Amino acid sequence: MKKKKNRSIKRFITNSIVHIILAILGAIWVLPIIFVILTSFREESGGYKSYILPRGYTLDNYKNLFIQQGSLNFPRWFINTLIVSICTCILSAFFVLCVSFVMSRLRFKMRKRMMNIALILGMFPGFMSMIAIYYILKGFGLLDAGPLKLLALVMVYSGGSGLGFYIAKGFFDTIPKTIDEAAYIDGATKWDVFRKITIPLSKPIIVYTLLTSFMGPWIDYIFAKVILGQDRSYYTVGIGLWTMLEKEFIEYYYTQFFAGCVIISIPIAILFLKTQKFYVEGVSGSVKG
Amino acid sequence: MGSKKQITYENSNVIEVGFGTAFKRGNWLTKLSAIIFGLGNILNKQFVRGLLYLSLELAYLYYMITFGVTALKDLITLGTVAQIEVFNEEKQIYEYIVGDNSMLCLLYGVLTVVITLAIIYCMTGSVKSAYDTQRRKELGGSIPNFLDDLNSLKQRNLHKAMLFTPVLGVISFTIIPLIFMILIAFTNYDKSHQPPGNLFDWVGFANFKALFAEGSMLSNTFWPILGWTITWAIFATFSCYILGMILAIVINREGTRFKGFWRFLFVLSIAIPQFVSLLTMRTIFNTNGPVNSLLRTLGVIGIRESIPFLTHPTLAKITIICINIWIGVPYTLLTTTGILQNIPKDLYEAAKVDGANVFVTFFKITLPYMLFITTPNLITSFVGNINNFNVIYLLSGGGPDSLEYYAAGKTDLLITWLYRLTITEKDYNIGSVIGIITFILLATVSLITYRRSKSYKDEEAFQ
Repeated sequence: MKKKKNRSIKRFITNSIVHIILAILGAIWVLPIIFVILTSFREESGGYKSYILPRGYTLDNYKNLFIQQGSLNFPRWFINTLIVSICTCILSAFFVLCVSFVMSRLRFKMRKRMMNIALILGMFPGFMSMIAIYYILKGFGLLDAGPLKLLALVMVYSGGSGLGFYIAKGFFDTIPKTIDEAAYIDGATKWDVFRKITIPLSKPIIVYTLLTSFMGPWIDYIFAKVILGQDRSYYTVGIGLWTMLEKEFIEYYYTQFFAGCVIISIPIAILFLKTQKFYVEGVSGSVKG
Repeated sequence: MGSKKQITYENSNVIEVGFGTAFKRGNWLTKLSAIIFGLGNILNKQFVRGLLYLSLELAYLYYMITFGVTALKDLITLGTVAQIEVFNEEKQIYEYIVGDNSMLCLLYGVLTVVITLAIIYCMTGSVKSAYDTQRRKELGGSIPNFLDDLNSLKQRNLHKAMLFTPVLGVISFTIIPLIFMILIAFTNYDKSHQPPGNLFDWVGFANFKALFAEGSMLSNTFWPILGWTITWAIFATFSCYILGMILAIVINREGTRFKGFWRFLFVLSIAIPQFVSLLTMRTIFNTNGPVNSLLRTLGVIGIRESIPFLTHPTLAKITIICINIWIGVPYTLLTTTGILQNIPKDLYEAAKVDGANVFVTFFKITLPYMLFITTPNLITSFVGNINNFNVIYLLSGGGPDSLEYYAAGKTDLLITWLYRLTITEKDYNIGSVIGIITFILLATVSLITYRRSKSYKDEEAFQ
């Protein structure tokens, strides 16, 4: 009896320690996020402060972000990014779904070789090709005017997206082939199978593909920076926000930077939390069974 | 059914042969189709298919005559006429006479080579198609018209139809740029050879030699950066992997309450765009940022002092690895939670009976099991870390800069050095060499491990 009590006390102590450690770690993980949110409401303008908690709170940072029409035009960036990301997500989802269906369901001579090539291409550092892409786009005159730059950006984001077919292919692999075979017996073509069977069964992975490619332009910094150059009115949100932290702007825009971060983080956070299930399935897809 | 083998368009495996066989076994018409595209088709009343092939060839010939031949010649010389300054007596100013632009020569040369390869592919297609028709005629089958061809795209040739645009995208936005950049590694395209003002030329392996030459500034920069890149990749990968797994185990263990809440707390940081959290971290650890102010208020350091989290060479490296743990651990938590729950419970019970403590069970059961299953993940994240541009660039920008290095800072990885060499310094040749070396590094690591992994060997296991 005593021994049992001893053990439960011991367990209670371990559990308390575990919860305390988790709480501390949790705090470390959440504090930066809270810092962002608090600073976005900070009343005092200017850059770094020698204290952490703001002295006063205001909504002006958010208001200014949307009202201002100066050289840093957040609403404009927001619309730019929205346009780019909608086009990108449609194009890349189309590419990815096509390639992954073909690789998963169709058998042809070059299949294995193509998959190996895709694997090897993925190992080159991404923007090793960036410079060349920049000159190719420039050569075709796509970098002459602002709107064309956005088009160029869409092409850059979605152009090579066919290489990222692994997750969707893993999903298609899990759809039983017997369903397809039944359809073939009924006289369906392979195209019918793709359109009428695979696609309706793949809503989760379609949503996942659409969302990940939609989020790309919002969080990219490098490619946008190289393509868009100095033309601030065609910036996307990513480089726009980065600009706010540059020396000549930071004093005035510091708090607005955080307001901007909160605004783009909210939708992305919601999208991510909604789709994390697919993310997990996709990443650990190869380990099923 | 009759004794004659019925050849329908769908049942066409008999005719599916490679280019070599088709050319060897084909009659004169088929052979001639290699020179005049689509001839075999046109003479057999497959007008649309034949004319499509023929028009491709004509378009190529037109391109080559008007532009392509010069482009190929320029690819070899990379331009011969440099831009020159001429004094214009009338206007009393210097004027520039436009010379060759080596960069464009290289670019158009590469494009022409790729187009030529594409047309050779079309040529094999033309011969195969002619042979196909020839065989059908010999076997007395029906010869497909253009409508049949279109329909075959939905069935037999679906892969061609569906892969066409994605492959075109990959070729133009990944492969052509890559070939271009790889070729630049063999030229002297650096900051003193910038087109259009100057020409650059082929130099063979000179850039590689310069990088590996002993005692040169380049190699004094390269080796330390390579060392730091590998150290960083190992630390970043395994710290996040092991700590994340421990966190997942702690949250998963029986006595822990509010499992969902804890998980949400940690996963929340992934949901925030990475550049936002990185820029925030940079602000937080800045010389005048919150952490330093907090330490000042607490009296740990003097009022005017600050800890150089991101500006001291060694401390910056440690800070970056720590911040990366903050970023990476939630990912591991997310991906390993499910797998951890799959580890057979009886393994742990057996270990408990044998008197193993928590550490022994972790290192003898959990870790080996997880390693076995998540090796592909681990490789992906190792590769990702070698190429981890964002973390370094947004946190420290590669700094603190060092005078011993050539255009690099103490925390620069190969990839951020590559960025600085190309974007800031315009030394494209060295940048490209760095890119190739990074690729070789990654390819070796991942091919060795990946080919051994289970998921590569039985790709079809779950179908």
